[in-house]
Amino acid sequence: MNNKVLFGMYLPGNSLMHRLDPRLKLVGCFWFVILVFFARTWWTNLLLIGALGLVIWLSQVKFSKYWAGIRPLMWIILFTAVIQALFSSGGQVYWHWGWLAVTSAGVAQAGFLVLRFFLIITSSTVVTVTTTPLQLADALEALMKPLKYLRVPVSQLAMMVSIALRFVPTIMDEVGLIMNAQRARGMDFSSGSLFTRAKRLVPVMIPLFVAAFKRAEELAVAMEARGYDPNQARTKFRQLHWQRHDTWGTVVWGLLTVALVALRFVK
Amino acid sequence: MIEVSNLTFQYPHQDQPVLQGLSLTIPTGQWLAVVGKNGSGKSTLARLIAGLLPTPAQTIRVNDLPVDEAHLAALHHQIGFVFQNPDNQFVGATVEADVAFGLENRQVPAAAMEPRIEQALAQVGMTAYRHHQPEQLSGGQKQRVAIAGALALQPQILILDEATSMLDPQGRQTVLQRLQQIHQAQALTIISITHDPVEVAMADQVAVLDQGQILRLATPAVVLNDQALVQQVGLVQPFSMQLRDRLQHYGVPVPKEYLTKGALEQWLKRQLATRA
Repeated sequence: MNNKVLFGMYLPGNSLMHRLDPRLKLVGCFWFVILVFFARTWWTNLLLIGALGLVIWLSQVKFSKYWAGIRPLMWIILFTAVIQALFSSGGQVYWHWGWLAVTSAGVAQAGFLVLRFFLIITSSTVVTVTTTPLQLADALEALMKPLKYLRVPVSQLAMMVSIALRFVPTIMDEVGLIMNAQRARGMDFSSGSLFTRAKRLVPVMIPLFVAAFKRAEELAVAMEARGYDPNQARTKFRQLHWQRHDTWGTVVWGLLTVALVALRFVK
Repeated sequence: MIEVSNLTFQYPHQDQPVLQGLSLTIPTGQWLAVVGKNGSGKSTLARLIAGLLPTPAQTIRVNDLPVDEAHLAALHHQIGFVFQNPDNQFVGATVEADVAFGLENRQVPAAAMEPRIEQALAQVGMTAYRHHQPEQLSGGQKQRVAIAGALALQPQILILDEATSMLDPQGRQTVLQRLQQIHQAQALTIISITHDPVEVAMADQVAVLDQGQILRLATPAVVLNDQALVQQVGLVQPFSMQLRDRLQHYGVPVPKEYLTKGALEQWLKRQLATRA
């Protein structure tokens, strides 16, 4: 395996962050993003950087791995920041050309923008790096439960997600298999223009789709044979247990919110 | 007990019925092997018994339960089904989650699942793999998990639809050994659809299907000894039988009934010992 953390890839481990309840991690991350937009001063942002540093430290995953995950997105962030810097006005003007101007307020805003992107992306990466996709699906299902009263088919959606996750490696294997079968028939996937290469993937996609439909049908029959009925209530084998460290996590995040509000209004 | 009486079934997109007036009784606790060429209706019969296809009314009864729409849930409680493709019946993300799938459907409380999963995995010898993901397992291991998933639901009938056909010889042997142990330990009715002579030899009875009808219903020894029949349905004689026929050809008086590889070895050893 490559040791680069792609945005969203789970890294097995047993740190406190790994053991935290996935529901807390999901809500905590969401809350953090809200706080990021709430923080507008240096001090509040410093506080958030500190909090992020804490969870990164607790996840026992090296920062360099997170950095490797953010780097591919850095160009988009920088591009947005440059646009922001060029098009906003206010404060001291450093440079201008026609209606483009770099001002002190613009640079400050661009700086905050980069920081916000960084905070949001890194905090969500902390969640996905320490939580298996399946745990995330479980957490989503648990959190969406109230939607059941609005007739949203929460458990069916959760079943769809977990089956999709279960079959990702199987389908990936199949892609490899079909590509090899086509290579054996003389197909060349690695040369030609982007368009030709894309066109050559058609004979891979078609058998893949056919196979996926066949698989889906067989799986549906197998699930029926084992008594699956989408309209029936099911019990759950994987239970989420709220533990003491989850309560502590909530308390810490609550204190962070209080501190942030205080820093913002006390000044 | 499973009673099939005068069953005729036709798929909507075909112009000929797959099963034509088929009748069959399978007593409780019997291991029945169903053999026949591709398209002879074996799989269809199995699916009809399990209620996975719309079964014609009044044709099949499982433990006095008519197989129809109204009794499907009760029927799925009694019948465990293991399919051919190991990948396409693995629902859970891990071995234990997959075994739990059927229990979740049955609304078994989470606390009660644990011992049942443990027992089912022990029965198929997969306890050590309980946290493994499907990609980490061989085909034979996945099929053992599928059997465990069925056994966890404590069925009275287990139907295997060519469950060993996609496995390598070693995987197949392990699966069959486990099945034999389970069959001996409890009065589980087994219906196994197969092309494998070894699997046929393990059964109590063999039903030979041809063109939607039962051509022959007899013990494995009788069916496997019938050269013409064996050829007609596309079976291969087990190795021990081929060896026995060769020995008989050279004038060695090997008993006529079917002997497994082990039993034949024993017999030969005894013969050699008395001669010497």
